[in-house]
Amino acid sequence: MDLILFLVFGAIALVCAVNVVVQRHPISSAVSLIGVMGSLAILYLLLGAEFLAAAQVIVYAGAVMVLFVFVIMLLNAGTEIRQGQSFTVQLLGVPVLIGLLVLLAFLGRLLSRPETMVRFGDFHGGGPKAVGEALFTTFLLPFEATSVLILIAIVGAMVLARKEMD
Amino acid sequence: MQQVPTSWFLMLAAALFTLGVAGFLFRRNIVTVFMSIELMLNAVNLSFVAFAHQHRQVDGHLYAFFVMVVAAAEAAVGLAIILTVFRNRGTLNIDDVDSMKD
Repeated sequence: MDLILFLVFGAIALVCAVNVVVQRHPISSAVSLIGVMGSLAILYLLLGAEFLAAAQVIVYAGAVMVLFVFVIMLLNAGTEIRQGQSFTVQLLGVPVLIGLLVLLAFLGRLLSRPETMVRFGDFHGGGPKAVGEALFTTFLLPFEATSVLILIAIVGAMVLARKEMD
Repeated sequence: MQQVPTSWFLMLAAALFTLGVAGFLFRRNIVTVFMSIELMLNAVNLSFVAFAHQHRQVDGHLYAFFVMVVAAAEAAVGLAIILTVFRNRGTLNIDDVDSMKD
C-alpha cells in the first residue's frame, strides 16, 4: 500500500515536473506545477507531516500558484519562441546526460548504507500540535523574523507593482 | 504492507531538483524560470520532510515550513519585479533583458 502510494504519486510528481520544463506555454507549466505540489502533499502525508501537507496545498498550490496564473493572464504571456540550438548541444546532450546519470547511480550505490523504511503511520510528530509547540518555543525567533520578512515583502511588492503616479 | 526506503524519497527530491535546474537554465520565459525555482524549493522541502521522518524529529518540518514562507514572500516580490520589467520593456524573454551584460 505504501509502496503503491509512493510509486503512483512519485510518478505523477515526476511526470508533471518534466511537463513543467518541456511545455512551451507558461499556463501549461503552471498547471503541471500544481500537479507536482499536489502529489508532494500526498507524499508529505505518507511521511507523517500532516500540517505541512495542508500548508502545501493551501499556501503553494493555492496562494502562490494563483499569483503565478494571475500574472501570466495579466501579462498575456504567449508561447515561447524556440531559440536556435547549437550543433554540439544537439549531438552531445543526451549521451552526456545518460553518462552523468549512470555516474550518479554508481556513486549512490557506492555510498548507500542499510537504511530506514517509511511506513504510513510510523511517525506522529507532524501534526499541528507538535509543529505549533516547536514553532512557538524552539523556533520563536525565526518565526518572528519571518513575520517581519513577510511585512517587508508586502511593502516591497506594493512599491514595485504600483502605477507611477504624478 | 510494503514499505518504502527513505532514500527513494531523496532520489525523487533529487530528480525534481534537477528538473528545476534544467528548467531554470533552458527556459527563456521569465515566468517559467521563476516556476522552476519554485520546483527546486519544493524538492528541497521533500528531502527535509524525509529526513525528519528518518530521525523522528519535527525540526525538519519547521525548516520546510520556513522555506515555504520565504518562497511565498519571494513569489510576491519576484512577480512584482516581473510586472515592472514587462511594463518597462514589453517583453518576457530573458534574452532581451540583458542590459547588465553591457
